[in-house]
Amino acid sequence: MTDDGLDGDGQGRDGAAARDAGDGGTDAPTNDGQRFDRLPATAADRVVDGRATRREVVDWWVDRFGLEAATFDSHTFWEKGAGKVWAFAGEVDSPAGVEGLGMTFLRTRQEHWKPTTNAVQRFGRAATRNVVVLEEADATAFLAGETVEPGWDGDWGYLVAAHDVAGGVEPIGVGLYVHDELRSRMPKGRRREP
Amino acid sequence: MDPLARYDPLVDDPAAFHAACDRPLPSVVRVNGLASTPARVRRAFEEAGVGYEPVCWHDGLFRLADDVSPGNTWPFVHGWVYGQEEVSAVPALALDPEPGERVFDPCAAPGSKTTQVAALMDDRGLVVANDNDLGRLSALRANAERCGVTNVAVTRSDARNFSLSPVGGERFDRALVDVPCSCEGTVRKNPDALEDWSLDHVEGIAGVQTAILGRALEVTRAGGTVVYATCTFAPEENEAVLQHALEEYDCHVVDFELALKHAPGVTKWKGETYDDAVRQAKRIYPHHNDTGGFFCAKLEVAA
Repeated sequence: MTDDGLDGDGQGRDGAAARDAGDGGTDAPTNDGQRFDRLPATAADRVVDGRATRREVVDWWVDRFGLEAATFDSHTFWEKGAGKVWAFAGEVDSPAGVEGLGMTFLRTRQEHWKPTTNAVQRFGRAATRNVVVLEEADATAFLAGETVEPGWDGDWGYLVAAHDVAGGVEPIGVGLYVHDELRSRMPKGRRREP
Repeated sequence: MDPLARYDPLVDDPAAFHAACDRPLPSVVRVNGLASTPARVRRAFEEAGVGYEPVCWHDGLFRLADDVSPGNTWPFVHGWVYGQEEVSAVPALALDPEPGERVFDPCAAPGSKTTQVAALMDDRGLVVANDNDLGRLSALRANAERCGVTNVAVTRSDARNFSLSPVGGERFDRALVDVPCSCEGTVRKNPDALEDWSLDHVEGIAGVQTAILGRALEVTRAGGTVVYATCTFAPEENEAVLQHALEEYDCHVVDFELALKHAPGVTKWKGETYDDAVRQAKRIYPHHNDTGGFFCAKLEVAA
C-alpha cells in the first residue's frame, strides 16, 4: 500500500461521497469547488467524477520527474477548486471552513496535468528527468516570464526549469516546452528581474 | 510631543533609546531551513554580489546592505529566505515547537512567524494559521507556499472567537500569540507608526489583545506553551495583558533563553502593579541591539 493508511477508512477516502449523499441529491456527486475533499486512493474508490486519485497523482510525479513514490508518503492530497490538487503534510478529519490546506500542488482535470511553481520548487530538487538546467542569462529571462531557447532534445510538455546556484541545481519554476522553445510559466506575482 | 517619551522612566538610557528610534533599520532576511542553509544562502549572496552581514546571536539571520532589494535576489525567488525584522524572529524561538506537534498561530498574516514555526517543525505536524482579513490571508498563503510549507492549515476568523472544530477539535500543544498592537517598536521601519498614537487606541487594542491571548490559552492543552508577543513598548499592551491572563486563567509565566540584550518586564506602571512573574518577559529596546522594539513572554498552561 503506497498510501497513507486511508484504505478501510471510508470517512476520509473521498469525503464528498458521504456529504453529497446526505444532501438527498439524486445525481452522482460532483466536485464542489469551495470545499476541500480528499482524493480517493485509487480509481476503484472514486466517487466524484473526474477527480484525480492519489495513485494517479503520485504516479504522475514519478513518471514525469523521476521522484521516488515514497516522497509523498506523509502527504495527503485534496481537491478544492476545479482540478486544483493540494498537498498537505498531515491528516485532518473534516477541513470544513478551512481556507488553505498545505500548498497548491498540481492542476488536474485537463489533458496535460501541470505542477505549480511552488510544488516544483519544493519537490523538483529531487527530480531526475525532464529538468532543463538553464544558463544564467536564460534563467534570468525565464524568471522574468520570457520564452527562452535552451536547446533541449528531451520530452515536450511541462518541464522543471532550473539553474546552477550556490553549488547546486535549484528549480526555478515550470516551463512549457513546445516548438523548440521553453515558455516560462512563472506566475505574474513571482516574476522578478534579479 | 513624542509618544515614546512616556517610556523614559523604563529605559536604562533614554537618549540612546530615542536616537536609535530615529535611525532607519536595515533589511534583514531569515534563512528558511526547509529550503536551504545559512551557508548556501551566503554563497548565493556572494555569487550575486549582494552585500550582507551576519547577526551575532543567530546564524540564520542576515542584515542586507542598504542598496539591496531582498525580493529580487535568487535566494528569495527560491524560498530560501524570508524578509523579517530581526527581533520578530524571537517569538518562534521562544515557542520552540517540535516536529509533529499541533501549533496555533491566531494572528498569522502575512506569515513571517508562521513560516519560521513550520520550518522549526521540519514541516511536520500541524500549524493552524489564522487571520481575519482575506487580503492578508492571501499574502500568508503565498508566503507559506513560496517557503515550501505544507503543514499549514489556513483559517479565517476573529482570533477572539476562534473555533477548534474546523481543525479537528483537539487542543494545541503550543500557540504563538503575535497580536495586533500599536506598533511603537516598528518606528524605525515606518516613521509614520506613531502619527496616530493615542492612549485611547492603546487601551482599546489592549482589550483585543487580552481576548486573543485568553482564547489561545483556552485552546492550548494542559501543560502546553503559549508565547505572547508585540512590537510595542506600552505596558498596557504587554505586562497588563499578561497580568490579566495570570488572574483569569490557570497559567504561569516561564523564563526562556534569549541571546539578545534585553530588559525584564516591568512590575509598576502609571499606578498599576503587576505580578513579579512578568519580570520573566523580555523587553527589547532598539538601542540594545540596533533592532526594532519588541516584547515577548512565554507562558505555560497549568498541567
